Amino acid sequence: MEILIEMFSYSFMVRALLVGVFLAISASLVGVSLVLRRNSMIGDGLSHVSFGAFALATVLGLAPLSFALPVVILVSFFILRLNENSKIHGDSAIALLSAGSLALGTFVISIVKGVNVDMNSYLFGSILSVSQADFICSILLSVFVVLIYVFSYSRIFAITFDESFAASIGIKTGFYNALFSILCSLVVVIGMRLVGALLISSFIIFPTLSSMQVFKSFKAVVVSSVLVSVFAFVLGLILSYLLSTPTGATIVLVHLVIFILFKMVGCFR
Amino acid sequence: MSFIEVSHLSLGYDHQIVISNLSFSIEQGDFVCIVGPNGAGKSTLIKGILGLLKPMSGEVLYHGLKQNFIGYMPQESKIDKHFPASVEEIVLSGTLNQSRTFSFYSKEDRKRVEEVLNLLGIASLKNAHFPDLSGGQRQKVLLARSLCASTKLLILDEPSNNLDSTSKQELYQILKSLNQNKGMTILMITHDLDHHNLIGNKILSLEKNNYFYGSVEDFVKKVHE
Repeated sequence: MEILIEMFSYSFMVRALLVGVFLAISASLVGVSLVLRRNSMIGDGLSHVSFGAFALATVLGLAPLSFALPVVILVSFFILRLNENSKIHGDSAIALLSAGSLALGTFVISIVKGVNVDMNSYLFGSILSVSQADFICSILLSVFVVLIYVFSYSRIFAITFDESFAASIGIKTGFYNALFSILCSLVVVIGMRLVGALLISSFIIFPTLSSMQVFKSFKAVVVSSVLVSVFAFVLGLILSYLLSTPTGATIVLVHLVIFILFKMVGCFR
Repeated sequence: MSFIEVSHLSLGYDHQIVISNLSFSIEQGDFVCIVGPNGAGKSTLIKGILGLLKPMSGEVLYHGLKQNFIGYMPQESKIDKHFPASVEEIVLSGTLNQSRTFSFYSKEDRKRVEEVLNLLGIASLKNAHFPDLSGGQRQKVLLARSLCASTKLLILDEPSNNLDSTSKQELYQILKSLNQNKGMTILMITHDLDHHNLIGNKILSLEKNNYFYGSVEDFVKKVHE
């Protein structure tokens, strides 16, 4: 307990906690639809594209966020179109984009000498050193995602469950898909600065995947995903402080343990 | 009175025409079975009627019916069997074509769900979960959802696929009764040439370049010629 008090006496720790909780909420909500529509890899692909865009922005001397965000949104629209067009497989296109962006990012960073870029923080994030701007961004983002979820909850369910039926009763699936791509891009770009390109996708995928092992109604999966996501983040943050381990990796390992536990509970039910 | 009028309709993807210059009209109270080999464009035609696919030429006219108020039942195989959802959540989503503030469900929506579940004899499944259901039960849940979307017209894409013969007979009995007792117009894709003779009054056959639309009796005559 004393250690906890000591831990949160540091203002950077409090800020990391709040930012992470907000990010955990928005990532898990976006994740529910991504996982259930079998589009989990989109989150992963976008995080790598985001890495490439950030690297390019740094090298070109542009503002990272305002450069990466439009790029990632554009790419997400592109991936969405690929999914609609059954001729090209979405998953191979995502693999291509991921590898390409990672390579491009690494390439431009290495050829431009004199630019000091911390590759490690791009890959694994730097949640303990978030700025005031990141803090505000993550709060606005999660408020935005939660509001959209609350007000279009039943339509999101209808589209996620069965898109062609939803379209047949006049739900504007094109609009919601586009909105969804934007939300997903926002979560990935902002999340990537905090927890890194490699970990943001587990923030999106793990909570839903774990919840699905135990819960069988959509509402229960949504609520459980948010709770699991926040719990895993807080526990991971505390553990990493106690054990002096890297924050991002610790959080993902907590998620993995939760997944295994939920899987076991699911088997016994 | 004709309910749906399809005139000189051509449908396709990219530059490939699947349905060309097809005309027919469906009267209120009709039970039409759409038959034809794989790739003949049965599902494509349904997408065209539902407005999910823009016609390359020709048009589909609705009389006394809004396009959003058609009860569509997609092929079961298009739906993830393991999707976490309760029966109530799924059936409620059928009411989303009614105008509403944001997307909250009203008391009337929930009442409608109760009615439909009772009608199909699956009221006890209301709180059951989709992944736990049998194939026949899943089909009934999807049928219940389309009944929430429409009281006038049902469009079903191979509803009897993957059903054992008992469930299939049961489903056909339900459809027959919806048609005869509730006056619902039904349009159904089927592979079941044995059974469609028993239900339905009209056949639309989409043999390549040889479309047929008419009564079941005429179709049988034509096949035997």
